[in-house]
Amino acid sequence: MIFRGSPVSVGIATAPAYLYKKEPIVIDYTQILPDQEEDELMIFSAALDLSIAQMTKLRAKAYERLGESAAEIIDAQIMIVSDPSLYTDVENEIRTGHIRAAVAVEHVIQRYIIAFSEIADEYLRERAADIKDVGMRILRNLLKLPPTGLGLLDLEVIVVAQDLSPSDTIMLDKSYIKGLATDVGGRTSHAAILARALEIPAVLGLKNITELVSHGETIILDGGAGLVLSNPTPKEIQEYSAKKEQEQTGRKALEELRFLPADTLDGHKVHIVANIGSPDDIEAVVHHGGEGVGLYRTEFLFMKSDHLPTEEEQFQAYKVVAKKMAGKPTIIRTIDIGGDKKLPCFKMPIELNPFLGWRAIRICLDEPAIFKEQLRAILRASVFGALLIMYPMISGISELRKANAILAEAKAELQAKGIPFDTNIKVGVMIEIPAAALTADCLIKEADFFSIGTNDLCQYALAVDRMNEKISDLYQPFHPGVLRLIKTVIDTAHANGKVTGMCGEMAGDPLAAALLLGLGLDEFSMSASLIPEVKKVIRTLSVKGAQEIAECAMGMETHEEIATYLKKVSNDLASSS
Amino acid sequence: MYSQAVTIQNVTGLHARPATQFVKLAATFQSQISISTPDKNGDAKSILMVLSLGIAQGTQVKITAEGNDEKTAVESLVELIQSGFNQ
Repeated sequence: MIFRGSPVSVGIATAPAYLYKKEPIVIDYTQILPDQEEDELMIFSAALDLSIAQMTKLRAKAYERLGESAAEIIDAQIMIVSDPSLYTDVENEIRTGHIRAAVAVEHVIQRYIIAFSEIADEYLRERAADIKDVGMRILRNLLKLPPTGLGLLDLEVIVVAQDLSPSDTIMLDKSYIKGLATDVGGRTSHAAILARALEIPAVLGLKNITELVSHGETIILDGGAGLVLSNPTPKEIQEYSAKKEQEQTGRKALEELRFLPADTLDGHKVHIVANIGSPDDIEAVVHHGGEGVGLYRTEFLFMKSDHLPTEEEQFQAYKVVAKKMAGKPTIIRTIDIGGDKKLPCFKMPIELNPFLGWRAIRICLDEPAIFKEQLRAILRASVFGALLIMYPMISGISELRKANAILAEAKAELQAKGIPFDTNIKVGVMIEIPAAALTADCLIKEADFFSIGTNDLCQYALAVDRMNEKISDLYQPFHPGVLRLIKTVIDTAHANGKVTGMCGEMAGDPLAAALLLGLGLDEFSMSASLIPEVKKVIRTLSVKGAQEIAECAMGMETHEEIATYLKKVSNDLASSS
Repeated sequence: MYSQAVTIQNVTGLHARPATQFVKLAATFQSQISISTPDKNGDAKSILMVLSLGIAQGTQVKITAEGNDEKTAVESLVELIQSGFNQ
């Protein structure tokens, strides 16, 4: 039987299932006499002290094994146990309800869990798990039950549980626990975060796996694919063991080249950078060896807020990004709303063709106050790092001129106030409209760089709605028409001594890397996790070889032919390296 | 009694580490301190209360303190929020 869940931590494991169930706790619900209240309060205080002592030890262990971020999870729990309102809430319950401390704790914890689960924020909902975990610990200590946990396991297993609390997860010993499979949870659960930190393969949110897998039976878990197989055939076991070996070698090789430059065999350097949506994504950029940010999507800042972020709020966010990137070039794209991206705080008309409608730079030029506010925020943040500005959805030179005029006003305003900014800040155009690609020669005279947004360029060039599944087979980035537009843009920039990057999906596709390198692309911007794979391809190529590949592909007539050819090229490269 | 209004700057809102930092700082003062949003109110020294307010970025909150160090307490907490929690 195959179970499908969220793939939260990569890796493959084959081992007996260890069904981890917690035995129910028996609580005495009878009422107490008024003179027993003080005793109950004392027992409660002692249980709190014991809980704090246990967690302080756990914190030390977590810090030593997993570092600061894991220790912070326990810190948050220690704060909950020491919270004065937890104590007064429980005290009130005991005194007004004449109930035992255990019952009072159960009530109070339940109330907080409900309050947290109602908050419309994934992060805070997950904090309900912290409170539940803390509540169980206090209860067990109140009732003098031994601590539970997976720390006592001493044989290799895949843990199968309904849910794993943070305390459970921190006790995990990687040498015995080969995988984690749970009924509930997702990418932001503690279990997921810690599984990744410990590099234990994990699949969460498998719904009812605890009911369908029996204790001790051998199961296979594929953390990358989000699969668990029960009752595997000997053939499946063999297949997955081979896949595991392959994955491990592959990962090791990629890890090794993470921080190597993206140089070709003949010493040509390209920039491999990342797309981000918030300052929180930068950790992953650094981890995967990104050399900068090729696209910072500022609209997420706007989408998360219930009002239009003020200049000051935007400045703070951009400053964080600039500082965290520590001098590495970071391209900030001005807001790209409209199309499929709506703002809760900004009224947009209902349009028949939103992708051909009022979006991105078009909105900004109609609402210059909003646009200028963002430009001032970016300019002010530019002294904290190497920031660049990029306008989305430019269709021709008139829009670029209007945008640049507003930028000039923003600069003049700051100058008048004596606020410092990078006066040489570079300004680029995102090329995603075919008309812009075809008039690149005009645009480049008034811009410093281009970045090709292949997702929209492809949809506009091929007249294919990328949300429409019925025609999804027509959405083909390798269509010769799309590739010719890309070539025009790159060639035009080069002829004017300027560079071209790419920040659409295509830039992160290892299959496309040789072709794009051959066409002369200067910067590849992609999701951070894709960086090592693309870097690997670039490092196996020479510019001359890539140019030959590009020339050959550009001479083909159909996307099928090109895709088949690039697959062959990729296989040849892989087998020769 | 002393109070001041301030807007939450950092993108994550008053969650996680920012909430922890906020409560830890509040606990260092003797005054009674509360934090309120337009529709809720809670003890600034209680992590449970602060988290359950679910304060997102852009929310305006009011910090109020009563006690012998009320002014310093409010000003330090407002400053922490304005700094974007040094992120």
